[in-house]
This record gives sequence, structure tokens and C-alpha cells, in this order.
Amino acid sequence: MDLSTAYDALGADLQATLSLWLIVLGGLIVIVWDAFRERDALIPVFAGLILVGAIVWDLFQLTAEPATAFYGLIRTGGFAAFVNLLLEVSALCTIVLSVPYLKRIGKDYAEVYGLVLFAVSGMMLLGAANNLVTIFVGLETMSICLYIMAGLVREDEGGIESALKYFLLGAFSTGFFLYGIALLFGSTGSMYLAEIGHAASTSTSAMYWSGVGLLLVGFLFKVSAVPFHMWTPDVYQGAPTTLTGFMSTASKAAAFASLILVLFYAVPYEKWTLAVAVIATITMVLGNLVALSQRNVKRMLAYSSIAHAGYVLVGIVAGSAEGYAGALYYLLVYTLMNIGAFGVLALMEWDNESGRTQSLDSLAGMGYTRPFIGVAMGVFMFSLSGFPPFGGFLGKYAVFAPAIKAGYTWLVVVGVIASMVSAYYYLRVLYVLWMKDSTDPAAMSNDKRVALTVPASSTAVIGFCAVLLLVFGVYPEFLQMAVDFFSPSAVSIAP
Amino acid sequence: MEIPVDWYLALSAILFLLGVIGVLFRRNVIIILMSIELMLNAVNISLVALSQATGDVSGQILVFFVMSVAAAEAAVGLAIVIAIFRNKLSVDVNDFNLFKH
Repeated sequence: MDLSTAYDALGADLQATLSLWLIVLGGLIVIVWDAFRERDALIPVFAGLILVGAIVWDLFQLTAEPATAFYGLIRTGGFAAFVNLLLEVSALCTIVLSVPYLKRIGKDYAEVYGLVLFAVSGMMLLGAANNLVTIFVGLETMSICLYIMAGLVREDEGGIESALKYFLLGAFSTGFFLYGIALLFGSTGSMYLAEIGHAASTSTSAMYWSGVGLLLVGFLFKVSAVPFHMWTPDVYQGAPTTLTGFMSTASKAAAFASLILVLFYAVPYEKWTLAVAVIATITMVLGNLVALSQRNVKRMLAYSSIAHAGYVLVGIVAGSAEGYAGALYYLLVYTLMNIGAFGVLALMEWDNESGRTQSLDSLAGMGYTRPFIGVAMGVFMFSLSGFPPFGGFLGKYAVFAPAIKAGYTWLVVVGVIASMVSAYYYLRVLYVLWMKDSTDPAAMSNDKRVALTVPASSTAVIGFCAVLLLVFGVYPEFLQMAVDFFSPSAVSIAP
Repeated sequence: MEIPVDWYLALSAILFLLGVIGVLFRRNVIIILMSIELMLNAVNISLVALSQATGDVSGQILVFFVMSVAAAEAAVGLAIVIAIFRNKLSVDVNDFNLFKH
């Protein structure tokens, strides 16, 4: 083996994955910094700057030729840069929203920002993986950080209970995931996605298909698709609100990106589509139906996020370049909507129990006392239910159109009906915010209402999400960009 | 005499199944944690055996990652169990039902 060019190759690889190293290094610095100067107010600023640096770097990588780094372990350029950008923006918004929120609930530990950075690094590994080992390492780095975040308010019995549920079920699903990896490895003799796909294209064994099935169970658990969704409402309701926003968007986006890569490269198309189509159907139907009857806002948004996983699965079922691109695009819009919606909820929270007991009715009339919040929530809710001209509409179009082209018209019909049903509970939030009087006995007293302030940083992030949703709803250029990632040159990436 | 790889896989499958049964039917959080560890280590046996059979070392590399992940998971898991024990003075999962409506 010729090692004379090893340093050059290493340098090129490090450069291509620089945003990942920046974030890992930033996370380490935050942890050490906090050990010496506890709760330093500059730590979140530093973490934010690290993420801004990574975002700038990945913006330049967006147009780079897709390739792999570190002997084909991880993907770079194009697709990977898109996923990385999504994750970094989500993390940056979360950090900015979390600073005032965590201070208010008295949990302003600086470790949170370190954990966010570590979780993002895991997600970036997961979303750009080209090898099953990378997928496993990324998945676990992400999950372990999220378990800790869910249990941040450890004195609150609801918060710690949600962390325990998340941890037990998450670790349980990891077992299945890992067994799937082992069986895939055993049946094809390789850990590389493309080589696995190559081996599977000639012949597949029962061992191979059990491996794919177990792997799918692990993925579907992480994206909270029915029937592996049981943990989602409890965890989302109990976890600190801004961090719930992070969990529901970034971790899903990373898991979906990885699922797309696995299905695209390692599994022959015709065999899995019907199974995933059935799961997408029950996910959309059940998620939306159960959300109808929820009284707690966070729990309702949790069921809504289950339903949205179903919409993304519709795009994946299509199996074409447009379908995968549509799924990616949907994840981008969904991230903006959900981060924004949870950000607004975090602002309206006063019970210091991370919104666990806060009912929808208690938000009555907030639209008039806090018009900005009311309008922003309006944008997010309309977008989540898929009204034009918001990003959510174009996102739904991006996943439904390829599915029709692939012959899954029945699936799209179910999806459209499900999203019409969803309009009821999304718009009910707006009804309560704007049209209901706060004389309701469940509503909070006036002096508490006055105590709720809206920090400028949160306003900026929520406004940013809302404006971006409008922009994405009007200009579909990003969708075209996502389609280009699955062009022939991107497909041919071999280890 | 060399033991065929099938025996290793069978052992691994049985251990994995025992772990799954433990998670599903035991109510003590600590025992559930042990069962999860059993599942992960059962897969490790598979990975090592398959790595040996296919002549590809990457299976054994994954085993190292699995071991470190299992250690990290145990650390976080036990911390969560301690925190919840302080709240509820119980490690029985049936007692953790705040979200049942």
C-alpha cells in the first residue's frame, strides 16, 4: 500500500468534512469551558458561532461534486451538504430559542449547548453515512445526547419519566437495528451500502431480508412511524419545549436522510415499497386522528409530527429521484414549521413544567395581547396543514406528485384526506389564539400573562422561520436543487 | 475441529431472543437495562462470527463501537434510573404512568 499521498488524502478528507469537525471540536470546548466557568453566558454565543461557521462552510459545499471521504465511510458534497445545512440551521434556531427559555425554567446549564452540538455531529454522521458502521455510530451519538436532553428537568416527574421511556424504547430499538446490521453484513459480506446493494441485486437470501426488516424497524422507530410511535407523545410532552422542537425535527431529518440512502443504495426497489406504503398509510391516518382529540398542545404537535413522518414516507415510497428529493424538501420545510411552532409554545409557557400540563384553552386570546406570536403561529399552523402559499403546501406537493407518478394514487388519496382532517386541529389552535376570550376559567390570570416577555432573539428566530416558509412556498428552486442530488453522478457513488 | 458459523448464529439468536423477552416481560427497570445489554452483546457474537466467516474485519470493528456505545448507554440509563428513583422511590415501570390519560 502506497502511503506517500496519505497526508494529502487526509487533508482533502478533513477539508470536505470540516463542518463536522468544527462542531465536534466546539462541543468539546463547550464542555471543558463549562467545567471551569459554570453557566458562562458566553457559552451559548460560542456554540451559536460554531454553528454559523459550519453553516457558511456547508453553503459552499452545496455545489461541490458529490464524493466520499475516509475510504468511503462518509458522503460529502451535494446531498450531504444539504442534510448538514438542515441540521445545523435547526440546531442554531434551537440554541437561540433555548437561552431565554432555559433561563426562565431555571435550567440554564451550559452542557445543553454542548449536547446539542454533539447530537448534531451524530446526526451529520447519520445523514451522510455511506457505511453501516458510520450509521450505527452516528445514530447512537445522536440518541444518547437526546436521552439526556429529554430528562433535563430531572426534578419534574414528567420530564424524567419521558426521558426513561425514551431511553428504554430507544435502546431496545437499537438492539434490533444492530441485529439488522449484523444480518446484512453476514449475508452480503460488506458494510458499504453500495456493495450491499450490488450483492443484493444478483441474489437475496432470507438472512438479507430479515436484516433489512430489522434495520427498517430501527429506522421507523427513530422517525416515529406507526406502529413504532408509542414513545413519541410522552417524550415530546415531557421534554423541555425548545429541545422537543429539536428532537422532532433534526433527529427525524437525519434518520430519514439515512433511511433514504439505505433504501436507495442497498435495497432493490420493488421489494419493499408495498410494506412501506402500508406503514405510511397507517402513520398518516392514526397520527392525524389521534391528534384531533388532544387537549395538550405539545401532545397534539407530537401526534402531528407522527402524521408528518407519514407524509415523508409517501415520498420515499415513490422510489424515484423526485420522490427522494421531495422527501428531503419536505423535511426542510417541516423543520422550519416545527421549530417555529415549538418556539412559540416555549414563549407561551408559564407553568415551569415544560408545558406538560398546559391545555390548549389556556392560550385563549393570546393573539391580541401578543400579536407577533399570534401571526407567527398562524403561519406555522397554516403551513403544517398544507395551505398555499406556505412552504408546507409545496412540501406536500413535492412528496405526493412523485407517488402518483409511481402508481400509488390510493396512497396519495389517503394522504390528502388525512391532511384535510389535520386542518381541523391546526386551525383550532388559531381559533383559540384569536377568537376565544380569555375569560375561560382555565385561562391564566392577567398578572401571569404580563410576566411573559418575548425576547428579541426568539422574535428573530421565529420571524426567520416564518419568512423562510413564505419564501419556500413561493420559490420552488430549492426543490429543484434537491432533485439534482439524485442525478446520475450522485447515484454512481461507489465506496 | 472447527465449529460451523451456524452454531454461533444460533447462540446469538437465542441470547437476543432472551433479551427481547426480558425487556417485554420484566417490570424492573434495572433488569430491563440488563436485558438490553444482553441483546447488544448477543449481536456482538453474530458480528464476530460473521466477520470470521466472511473474512472481512469490519464486523469486528463494529463490535468495538458497540461495546463503547453499550457503556455510554449504561451510564446514561443508570443516571436516569437514579433520577427517577429519587422522585418516585420505585424502579418498577408500572409506577411510571403519568402520561396515561
